[in-house]
Amino acid sequence: MTSSITTKELAQKVVNHEKTLILDVRNTDEFDNWKIEGGNVEVINEPYFNLLDGIDPVSGKLDKGQEVIVVCAKGGSSQMVAELLEEEGGFTKVLNLEGGMKAWSEHLEPVKIGDLKDGGGLYQFVRLGKGCLSYMVESDGEAAIIDTNRMIDIYESFAKEKGIQIKHLIDTHLHADHISGGRALAEKVGGTYHLPPKDATEVTYDYTALEEGNDIVVGNTKVKVQPIYSPGHTIGSTSLIIDDQYLLTGDILFVKSIGRPDLVGKAEDWVGDLRNSLYKRYKELSEDLIVLPAHYSFAEELGKGGSVSARLGDLYQRNEGLQVDDEDVFRKMVTENLPPQPNAYQEIRETNMGKITPEDEKQREMETGPNRCAVHG
Amino acid sequence: MESTKVLDAKGLACPMPIVRTKKAINELADGDILEVHATDKGAKSDLTAWAKSGGHELLQDIEEGDVLKFWIKKG
Repeated sequence: MTSSITTKELAQKVVNHEKTLILDVRNTDEFDNWKIEGGNVEVINEPYFNLLDGIDPVSGKLDKGQEVIVVCAKGGSSQMVAELLEEEGGFTKVLNLEGGMKAWSEHLEPVKIGDLKDGGGLYQFVRLGKGCLSYMVESDGEAAIIDTNRMIDIYESFAKEKGIQIKHLIDTHLHADHISGGRALAEKVGGTYHLPPKDATEVTYDYTALEEGNDIVVGNTKVKVQPIYSPGHTIGSTSLIIDDQYLLTGDILFVKSIGRPDLVGKAEDWVGDLRNSLYKRYKELSEDLIVLPAHYSFAEELGKGGSVSARLGDLYQRNEGLQVDDEDVFRKMVTENLPPQPNAYQEIRETNMGKITPEDEKQREMETGPNRCAVHG
Repeated sequence: MESTKVLDAKGLACPMPIVRTKKAINELADGDILEVHATDKGAKSDLTAWAKSGGHELLQDIEEGDVLKFWIKKG
């Protein structure tokens, strides 16, 4: 019987930069679209159906004594290949990734970003399989979660373990790449769901407006969540300054790239807003703010312990999206040659508006693949 | 569409639809057409890729409710 590895165990290897060899046996189109990356991961692709007559196609590429993690879409084909490697190939350290890429897409790895001035802390939840980042601000037994993902049980048990009550669920914008768990978690714990009103014109539910000037206080201490209107990725996109130290940029500014303005089909209209947010609004803020985005796209963006962050002043030096002086060049960069749109992004937006309520299995399927919310300069 | 043989792979999860399809195709002669019925969503992209890599031709694929149907000509 082949041994297995959980997504949690694999995530630990990735964030700790342990040497990890993965044999991905999905078909090559799916592999090219989306794969496990980060840390010190090496991935080899060989579709399982090429191994049915024997493992020759991979035996030359792998060392029998080396640890090999076999991965497929849901864990069935990788189990078969893992057994073949052991039985026919004499491999001794083969592990099957439980639940495959589907489970990997749903794993959230909590990483502590830092302490807050008057007590409490800030945690980043890294969704390694999709590049989504969400946050928990915790102070004095209360918490706010920002850009909550669909897997709300993970945040709930994290809060429970720490004895924290979840009070506020905040979305920086109406997401197009993943299904928000904000509203569902707010209902479950009796919290308040905040959404920028300009992104909420079509929503079918009640919410609290996330607007500049309406600070949110977490706990009894002065942990201030200060909304800054910063449109461009969506018309409502709102950034948050937390504890005067951290700038949560949503999908406007990433560590190595900037947000794309086209997911609502209004790239031309929103280019000016995006430029204004990046080149004026953020420039007026302290350079020492630590930028915490809602996504990352490149494995090398994962820093110490798996966290993704950067100093705002440093990004003005090295993020290519912030170095474009000419407005026309900028306009071209964010409207032409954009990457493919995220999988099922229209249906995801409608789900986040409350217009449709797909079944769990369908929601999982809609979220497969990378986030693709960035423009790379 | 006419087929030489029909393979029922409904209810089977990956990798079984492909394993069964491969076995069934091995038993056919070149030019014969195998019709496959499956319910696993992943079958579509996998059968397409498998047929291509094995030199077979995927003539047609349709969805009837939850059932995916494929016609593969042995190459």
